[in-house]
Amino acid sequence: MLRSLTLTLTASLALAAMTPALALAQDTGPLRIEITDGVVEPMSVAIPAFFGSDEVAAKVRKVVADDLTGTGLFREIPADAQTARPGSFTDAVSYEDWRAVNAQALVTAEVTQQGEDISVKFRLFDVFAGQPQGDGMQFDARASDWRRAAHKIADQVYARLTGEQPYFDSRVAFVQETGPKDARIKRIGVMDYDGANPLWMTDSSSLVLAPQFSGNGRQLVYTSFDSGFPQLRILDVASVQSRPATQGGDSMAFAPTFSPDGRWIAYSLEKGGNTDIWLMDSATGAQRALTDAPSIETSPSFSPDGKRIVFESDRSGTPQLYIMGLDGGEPTRISFGAGQYGSPSWSPKGDMIAFTHQDAGKFHIGVMRTDGSDEKSLTESFLDEGPTWAPNGRVVMFTRVTPGGNGQPRLHSVDITGRNMRPLNLDFAASDPSWGPLMP
Amino acid sequence: MKALTKAASAACLLALAACAQPAPPPTQQVYDPYANTGAGALYQGDLAGGSLGAEATAEYFRGTVGDTVLFAAQQTTLTSDARAILSRQAQWLGEHTNFSAVVQGHAEETGTREYNLALGARRASAVQEYLIAQGVEAGRIRTLSFGKERPLEVCSDEACYAKNRRAVTVVSPSGAGS
Repeated sequence: MLRSLTLTLTASLALAAMTPALALAQDTGPLRIEITDGVVEPMSVAIPAFFGSDEVAAKVRKVVADDLTGTGLFREIPADAQTARPGSFTDAVSYEDWRAVNAQALVTAEVTQQGEDISVKFRLFDVFAGQPQGDGMQFDARASDWRRAAHKIADQVYARLTGEQPYFDSRVAFVQETGPKDARIKRIGVMDYDGANPLWMTDSSSLVLAPQFSGNGRQLVYTSFDSGFPQLRILDVASVQSRPATQGGDSMAFAPTFSPDGRWIAYSLEKGGNTDIWLMDSATGAQRALTDAPSIETSPSFSPDGKRIVFESDRSGTPQLYIMGLDGGEPTRISFGAGQYGSPSWSPKGDMIAFTHQDAGKFHIGVMRTDGSDEKSLTESFLDEGPTWAPNGRVVMFTRVTPGGNGQPRLHSVDITGRNMRPLNLDFAASDPSWGPLMP
Repeated sequence: MKALTKAASAACLLALAACAQPAPPPTQQVYDPYANTGAGALYQGDLAGGSLGAEATAEYFRGTVGDTVLFAAQQTTLTSDARAILSRQAQWLGEHTNFSAVVQGHAEETGTREYNLALGARRASAVQEYLIAQGVEAGRIRTLSFGKERPLEVCSDEACYAKNRRAVTVVSPSGAGS
């Protein structure tokens, strides 16, 4: 049932020769949309019909367009305004015609299919400067991985136009939820970042919670009730084989997370009603306590260098966020607002912490710097929780639950500027997203 | 035992009009073949409602002794109502030593998934400690937390939340799985 997720995508600079190098870019700098500002006028991008194998070319083009416009940073020039489409992929670009429809950037591509393989070439142009932006590139993939080839193109366009690292060719682990609210059935899935291609990693026979990707995206660690009691399991995504990581006894283990290098798992261990944060060597299973307090310590998340952990603790009386080093020492409190803070997640860029904030009967997803400054709420609803970062640290995905007996969890994403809040396009209820790395 | 008999009668009154028939059934001494005490237990309850031997069942524990205690929001301390129920639980467990118990802690849906797991564990542990203090052997009681994963009531109002902030003691005959 599980199709192979391995594919070879070879990016080549073979097209560079087709593109005469122009030295004009130094005058004005590359075409660039600044996404650090609070309000942004989307950049207009023309993405005329891709050349080549009609059916797959149309599918690839739609995914590229959806990736780019889905960020809220780009606006697609409508198809009926795309009269300037050249006759073939190699034809010269008629910049005047694209300027006439106010296209700032132009993406052209050609998709060829040979048996089970496809090849996608693309080029990006700065219309008003009248020059290519970067070299053309070619991606080769198995035909079944056409969506990944499309994400690779969109990633290139995004990176060149924003100056940021991209994130479209990435996957998200999540929990699918079915059944009534008082007897929910849950299973873990992995899907493309945009909700396509869900693959099931567990069956529905026991309650599972909060999968977390390893840094390389090959493993998941999660909480399973399959023994009747919450314990950790580690799952290999490619083989869909899992094994227990903790062994019960009289204690409960939950809220696990991998260190970025995959060597460690930080998690919550409950003994006699008290929950502390522990660290486990993922290879040997050796464990040691990182906190030893009568309060609740949970929801650990590693810094990108793996040396520090942000977590949630109610040692002050209410749940708040703290940061500690792996070598022990007194944790530093970083959240000081009213209400309760929880489920912190350290940005892969290292500069920000995303968190769940509960105050005055509402839930928010928020972000703050690692010293607690510049706190900002990104969302507000009946129940938002559990943020996870896009690989480039620009977008967070989270669970939004609607109230009432028929309430359902849905995955949403929002830009860290607070703009572009949107639900994922899924035809099922889902919670507990974990955004994996950008794929090679 | 008196309290239990009273409770059983009350349940009977609520359940069936037949219970309210004029002549109360005669009280007899019979040996309960189902109670696993080796020699058989001397049964002293009344025979109404076909309840013979029913006291030594998980159903009786759930329905008559009371398997659930409630907590205030964010709290893990036992109320006086909760302690009264737990005292009955401890008494029942003391009389039915062939049963073991799993205490399940639960939380309302507000709060994060992880914090609620930890909060439910605190609640379950508070119940476990109370039962042990009442004389139940520690080895007969395990705990776990479902956090907010298994609400009893599904509405998103305080009326439901109050019932979901709970610890449920689930008894089963020892050796019948843990």
